[in-house]
Amino acid sequence: MTVTTDRVRTRRGAECAVRSFGDPSDPPMVFLHSAAGTVGDDAFLLATAAHGYRVLAPEWPGYGSSTGEELLEDMLDFSLHGWDVVNGLGLERVVLVGHSMGGMIAAEMAALCPDRLRALVLVSPNGLWDDDHPVVDLFSLLPFQFAEVLFADPVAGAALLTGGLDFTDMEALTEFFVGNSRRLGTAGKILFPIPNRRLSKRLYRVTTPALIAWGDADRYMNPSYASAWQASLEDATVVSLAGAGHMVPFERPEELAAAVGDFVRQHP
Amino acid sequence: MKFTWFNLMPWPHLPDDFRQNHRSVWVDIDSRLFDPAKANTMYHEYMDQLEYADSLGFDGIGVNEHHQNGYGLMPSPNIIAATLARRTSRAAICVIGNSIALYNPPIRVAEEFAMLDCISGGRLVAGFPVGTPMDTNFCYGQIPALTRDKYAENHDLIIKAWTTTEPFAFDGKYNQLRYVNCWPRPIQQPHPPIYIPGGGSIETWDFCLDHDYNYSYLSFTGYLRGKALLDGYWERVAERGKDDSPNRAAFAQVICVADTDAEAERLYAEHILYFYNRCLHVYPGFADPPGYRTIKTIKAGAMSQLTAAAMRDFQSLTWKDLVEGGHVIAGSPATVRDRMTEMIQGLRIGHVFCLLHTGNQPDWKTRYSTELFATQVMPELHKLWPEYEGDDRWWIHPLEDRVDPTAGSPLKPASVPEVIR
Repeated sequence: MTVTTDRVRTRRGAECAVRSFGDPSDPPMVFLHSAAGTVGDDAFLLATAAHGYRVLAPEWPGYGSSTGEELLEDMLDFSLHGWDVVNGLGLERVVLVGHSMGGMIAAEMAALCPDRLRALVLVSPNGLWDDDHPVVDLFSLLPFQFAEVLFADPVAGAALLTGGLDFTDMEALTEFFVGNSRRLGTAGKILFPIPNRRLSKRLYRVTTPALIAWGDADRYMNPSYASAWQASLEDATVVSLAGAGHMVPFERPEELAAAVGDFVRQHP
Repeated sequence: MKFTWFNLMPWPHLPDDFRQNHRSVWVDIDSRLFDPAKANTMYHEYMDQLEYADSLGFDGIGVNEHHQNGYGLMPSPNIIAATLARRTSRAAICVIGNSIALYNPPIRVAEEFAMLDCISGGRLVAGFPVGTPMDTNFCYGQIPALTRDKYAENHDLIIKAWTTTEPFAFDGKYNQLRYVNCWPRPIQQPHPPIYIPGGGSIETWDFCLDHDYNYSYLSFTGYLRGKALLDGYWERVAERGKDDSPNRAAFAQVICVADTDAEAERLYAEHILYFYNRCLHVYPGFADPPGYRTIKTIKAGAMSQLTAAAMRDFQSLTWKDLVEGGHVIAGSPATVRDRMTEMIQGLRIGHVFCLLHTGNQPDWKTRYSTELFATQVMPELHKLWPEYEGDDRWWIHPLEDRVDPTAGSPLKPASVPEVIR
């Protein structure tokens, strides 16, 4: 399997790293990562490419080597940036797959330009709010709590998030704080204090067939949100992944890739 | 050298098991711990103390803004300041300050501060904090990464509202106002002295120097720990080619005065420990949301005073630790005089915010400590920095012939001119 990394400079001036998985002649699918970053997504992206797609995974500004986060301030900026990257990649009609924060942006992008989507896949997306099931406040979590909230298996999750970092090393710790501050500081522009930017008002525009995937053991966002999404979209199918937490691409890469592959095949 | 008597207005009835059974004194503090009837007594006691400090000759009396906070019961310091403007006639009224990123639109701050300046006859010191993450982000919902940007815009709008004499349109990112026209306007021209309370953000230094504002380092960790930070500030002052008048900087310090050092411990230890162990019990997850501090500040290692590690430090501190570590300056008038001289000269500060009421300290002890400070400590310390005596760039300029609202009774009967009768 071919994996390459390119850089795309958008017309706004942001510069993003974009990883490509699979055969360049296969139909394009764009994957938008969560607020946690790209960590842990590889297995899912490889498995999805194996189903016959060219998967392109741009990294948001504020994450890794991507720059230009100061140019993105609100929901519209993030959504237009998403399309700027798709345009920068020279793609016309795409499948959009978004996880968590990436799902929220994918849904916004779909509301802006519904005609450019072949299909929409939202994996435990942010963007809606239910008073009876408040989304966990990501921004007041202590570092050790992230894994407990986001993963069905917190031990595996913690190992993934810290990447074996030695927290007694001050330099490594400062680097971690800087990275975390950049990533979640950027994400906070659309997720803080409540991850709801009135997307529900715009979802009527999303006429593309949509797949909603949710882990039934998600402790960050109650799986009941899947039904709320289904009720808000014209044509949505829900798939529930037994035993999976919020980080479905990492926790169920093969199962999620199979569900995505099947769904997209049905919508040529 | 100036001394401002400052009251944080802490809730004095937090239970003994507060630290064990409550997650945080701030943001999500249990509202059942608040008793409005007891607050009636509390507010009047605290306001009386501020007025008492004015009568003892303190240069200023000070209030500040916090939200959903068990140690700071002034969501609106301007309400307290308004009462002080009516019941005092001499001291500067230091509102340190209004968290200007929280006001929508911030014209409200320009207006209320102008009202306070007019009512007090030009005695207002105007503080503009960025605001703590607890207040600004978690209680008032501002987006961490945009807080400083909004603060900067709101600052520009307030200053423009105070200094422009024609109505103007303001097309900002966070404020769009077609007609800005500040009525009333402040007595002090071009505007009241501006103080910028800061924790440890190094951007704040440049902001102060860009505008020649006073930098007020407010912490509860005392002068020994404040030294490194203020040294950094003075280095920056020199780099920017500004003069090094100590009046550019102020510092907050917890102080307890008694007859002897031993009496100070006997009288104040329990209240000091109440403050450090209960009042500062903040859930660390509220202390530093990603995006609030800039990358530059994180890299500079100026970590927040409320990090998990710092909070653990407070928990284990004893009276001896707190006094020796300089968190608290306590003892006989001579001891306090010596340590304060060391602090003032070591930090190079021209203004101290004196925290002479701490935690659940009862009224009589507060007045006792305050009176000893005013009569036996402050007179000597007032003589420090004689060469800067006339440097009033960061001080109030009240009207000479201002109204003294404390003279005479507002309840005098109507006197109708004879011509009407």
